[in-house]
Amino acid sequence: MAERFKYEAIVIGTSAGGLLTLKKMLPALPADFPCPIIVVQHISPQSDGYFIKMLDDICSLQVKEAVDTEQIKSGTIYFASPDYHLLIERDHTITLTMDEKVNYSRPSIDVLFETAAEAYGEKLIGLVLTGANADGASGLLKIKQYGGCTIVQNPEEAENPVMPEKAIRAVIPDHIADINEIVKILVKLCP
Amino acid sequence: MVSDRELQDKIINLELELLLEAIQKHYGYDFREYSRAHVKRRVMHYISLNSIPHISELQHRLLNDEHCFKKLLKELSINVTEMFRNPSFYKAVREKVVGILKTYPYIKIWHAGCSTGEEVYSFAILLQEEGLYDRAQIYATDFNGEVIKKAKTGSFSIRNIKDYTSNYQQSGGRESFSDYYHATDNRVIFDKNLSKNIVFAEHNLVTDGVFAEVNMIISRNVLIYFNRELQNKVLNLMDRSLVTGGFLGLGSKETIMFSEISAHYKAIDSKERIYKKTHG
Ligand SMILES: C[S@@+](CC[C@H](N)C(=O)[O-])C[C@H]1O[C@@H](n2cnc3c(N)ncnc32)[C@H](O)[C@@H]1O
Repeated sequence: MAERFKYEAIVIGTSAGGLLTLKKMLPALPADFPCPIIVVQHISPQSDGYFIKMLDDICSLQVKEAVDTEQIKSGTIYFASPDYHLLIERDHTITLTMDEKVNYSRPSIDVLFETAAEAYGEKLIGLVLTGANADGASGLLKIKQYGGCTIVQNPEEAENPVMPEKAIRAVIPDHIADINEIVKILVKLCP
Repeated sequence: MVSDRELQDKIINLELELLLEAIQKHYGYDFREYSRAHVKRRVMHYISLNSIPHISELQHRLLNDEHCFKKLLKELSINVTEMFRNPSFYKAVREKVVGILKTYPYIKIWHAGCSTGEEVYSFAILLQEEGLYDRAQIYATDFNGEVIKKAKTGSFSIRNIKDYTSNYQQSGGRESFSDYYHATDNRVIFDKNLSKNIVFAEHNLVTDGVFAEVNMIISRNVLIYFNRELQNKVLNLMDRSLVTGGFLGLGSKETIMFSEISAHYKAIDSKERIYKKTHG
């Protein structure tokens, strides 16, 4: 019998309205959720990362800032540092860089999504949430091209619909859904 | 079964491996242990920008044309920098390092990976205000000769001066920032007195040896471009260049924690990544 297909990671991109949305979504994931999650949230370069601590307090999964060269592990939600791009290596370690902004953003969602697609191929789930710009759209397309699963927050539910709309224009996602629904989909896809 | 895409990917990664090998053999620059995802992004960006069909073609071109290699080197050496970037770092140096440096009659400071020099001039200003400049010898190095040329001029675009002024003030600066430069239409040119004790030079942290024995090394946002093994090697090189009791200042996302040298260093400000070498 063929081995059961397993997703190995989830990448999430969001900007305006993202914190509130993540605050709703991430605590709903169970403590034994098997996939690591890596998040790019556009945020001011001066941010001190207070929200990471806040999310860690209310989530069953561990929430932390991603550290350069660390190994990505399940049971953990990693956040990109303000003012650095986050890339994923083929050996599933983290790389940070301070290259030029991409889509006026650092960290950029496209940079995360594109490198994650190459590192995880079809075993990746890409998720675009609320936001006010086009970052993430071409990255989501690459995830799709590499056979990964693509999910976009329902623009009507999103606090800011632009980012989901741009993503939906770039790809036909596997799912367009409200946050509550997205949580259920993730739990089903990653048993 | 291997899909077309997987095969394609495998070939690209192999071509990239060969490219880095060829660069190392032919030009001596060694990118093989840089963060691979990063190098790949930059190379793919370069070939698409220049309409080069694939990496093998790029390899052929740059082996036969040094100018092409220089352009790729520029693409691979990320020169993004700022004056007084992360002002709290400079503040911590003023509060926790300067007092100890003042006990020495003569100090040597090494900026490794200084890019176009913004950080070096920032530090020179700090040393001046703390009364340390005249006893300091400052080395500022980078493996990219083009940025070293720019750094020597001490002239920067006026575009960012507002941000730099605000950074300077947050860093604990005591004077009026504009006293340190004069402005032309679109440039600011820093006072020659700030550069008189600075030696700018080309130096490659990966392939060259110890540069000098110094009291403080500042190397910020350079190690992040290396994989963990290379970070360890370069930290060892820095360790050999640093006197016992000397200081190492890294970028805000860099750490000695994963390296062999961490055992004989103590963090004097762990958030600002300032370490002291406690024994040899
Ligand atoms: C992102 S910049 C950092 C500039 C400055 N230190 C700062 O933090 O603002 C990184 C610099 O490291 C240099 N660099 C990269 N690899 C190097 C190597 N092997 N040896 C010396 N410099 C290197 C690049 O040329 C670039 O100027």
